[in-house]
Amino acid sequence: MIHAPERQDRRKAIALAAALLLLALFPFAGAAFYTELVTKVMILAIFALSLDVLVGYTGLVSFGHAAYYGVGAYALGLLAPPYEAANLWLTLPVAVGAAALAALFVGAFVVRVKGIYFIMVTLAFAQMFYFVFHDTRFGRGSDGISMNFKPVAAIGGFTPFDLANAVHVYYFVFAALVLVFVFLRVLLRSPFGRALQGIRSNEHRMRSLGYPVYWYKLASFTVAGALAGLAGYLSALQFGFVNPELLSWHQSGNVLLMLILGGVGSLYGAVAGAFAFVALQELFSSLTTHWQLLLGGTIILLVIFLPGGLASIAGRFKRTLVGEPDDE
Amino acid sequence: MSDVVLATLGLSRRFGGLMAVSGVAIELHRGRLHAVLGPNGAGKTTLINLLSGDLAATAGNIRYRGEDITRCSADRRSRIGIGRSYQKTNIFPAFTAFENCRLAAQSRAPRPFAVFTDAARHRPVREAAERALDAAGLAARGGSVASALSHGEQRQLEIAMVLATAPEVLLLDEPLAGMGAEEAQRMVGLLRTLAPKHAILLVEHDMDAVFAVADVITVMVNGQVLESGAPAQIRASPAVRRAYLGEADE
Ligand SMILES: Nc1ncnc2c1ncn2[C@@H]1O[C@H](COP(=O)(O)OP(=O)(O)O)[C@@H](O)[C@H]1O
Ligand SMILES: [Mg+2]
Repeated sequence: MIHAPERQDRRKAIALAAALLLLALFPFAGAAFYTELVTKVMILAIFALSLDVLVGYTGLVSFGHAAYYGVGAYALGLLAPPYEAANLWLTLPVAVGAAALAALFVGAFVVRVKGIYFIMVTLAFAQMFYFVFHDTRFGRGSDGISMNFKPVAAIGGFTPFDLANAVHVYYFVFAALVLVFVFLRVLLRSPFGRALQGIRSNEHRMRSLGYPVYWYKLASFTVAGALAGLAGYLSALQFGFVNPELLSWHQSGNVLLMLILGGVGSLYGAVAGAFAFVALQELFSSLTTHWQLLLGGTIILLVIFLPGGLASIAGRFKRTLVGEPDDE
Repeated sequence: MSDVVLATLGLSRRFGGLMAVSGVAIELHRGRLHAVLGPNGAGKTTLINLLSGDLAATAGNIRYRGEDITRCSADRRSRIGIGRSYQKTNIFPAFTAFENCRLAAQSRAPRPFAVFTDAARHRPVREAAERALDAAGLAARGGSVASALSHGEQRQLEIAMVLATAPEVLLLDEPLAGMGAEEAQRMVGLLRTLAPKHAILLVEHDMDAVFAVADVITVMVNGQVLESGAPAQIRASPAVRRAYLGEADE
């Protein structure tokens, strides 16, 4: 009798297929500038997705998520040998693992903390990471590290794609984005993911129902950190250098703004938010040097008039709902 | 049959200068429904909070099947079989009623590492959730968003969630408050069927319901136990009449 959800699902599936097709064909449109720009956006989309695990699905508003992005990026910068290319298949897992470890370490302290204090301690830890890379020999200071070679994707003697080629990088990042999206979709429907959403909704009751909330939050923080590390690694791979700005609080703030733009607690929203953020940034910076003012203003208006973010435009007002409602 | 499941000794909780619960000794037996009466502010909810681990005791101890659990976390107490409901409805408002219960049932089979499975398809947990909804009279409302349920239905959901965790001890804080007469009747019936296999502590203001289902009644006033005994004894007690029942009769 009620066809609305079905029709909505169909429409969603069509929109998704169209978006995937568009992204898959995009490099054929030719312009190298835009291919690289969209590569960058897709990396930011992975970053935003990773933060959404915390903010949108666990209820942990981290203001220091760039730390793990930076750790992933620096892992490549530090591991890349000066006179030859690093191997993708070795450095990528190390980068993701290093970011996961960093998040596990920080998470062990911060996930006990609640609300506004959580925001502050995540920021404080991120600042510590920033100074480690900015002010120590280990991090090579404020200039960061330039890599002389792009990593190679060689497996034995076989090299499936060439990471010095921007189009290949585009497709590699595209594949990573799709994988991360699908992984999170599956994870969030698993018992673990449902429990995270329960914690976001009512942590007290979750504890009362027998969930060891601390461990769930810590696992969430670690997964989010690992995925942020993946995004950071891809960014270092694309641009061939890393510097401490990758870990700065601006970066943590920007990714939060992407989520707010797109809609917290929606995977589509996180991706849409990354695209919208960069599009607005490009648009406004082409108009004026005071583009940050315009961007800020736009985001304020959006928060006031569209509190659910872009994801809510499609009438998806049920996005935080868990379970399948009978009607309405 | 005196199978003591949960017992407290000298249990106390201080809030600043106020002794909300003071030196309470209470025993819950499997197969018995133990009602706690007392005027507002007597410390009944605080007592439940101490037993469930929502609050830490400032003195005294709690033993569960012989084990001292005074310092145990609330989640561990839930896992070992102490379940509670809340006087002030405490649910997941944006989730469906079914998902509220499913999540409660999932706590008994958490499977956090089964990350590639769909939680909603796990049969044992689904069925436990459905049974709990059914027992609380919400079978037809599973698909409704919890925040859209009526106040009475939310009270039922509150009970369904505890039931879904299959506890051995049930600590129920005014479960009938806010329920319609018919639902309250149903809940009294449910308590009767639960009583033989559970140890139940029931805080309730509805005297008729309490005297209809209680095996033991404890009356609290100002954080202390005024009197404890069989319903007939409590009904006949002059002290209780003076301190509590008397007020209600007037
Ligand atoms: N968290 C708290 N902080 C301070 N005082 C409290 C707190 N919880 C309860 N109290 C006080 O403890 C006393 C007992 O409260 P409560 O246990 O809720 O009583 P009852 O459930 O019997 O009505 C009351 O005087 C109440 O104001
Ligand atoms: Mg109370």
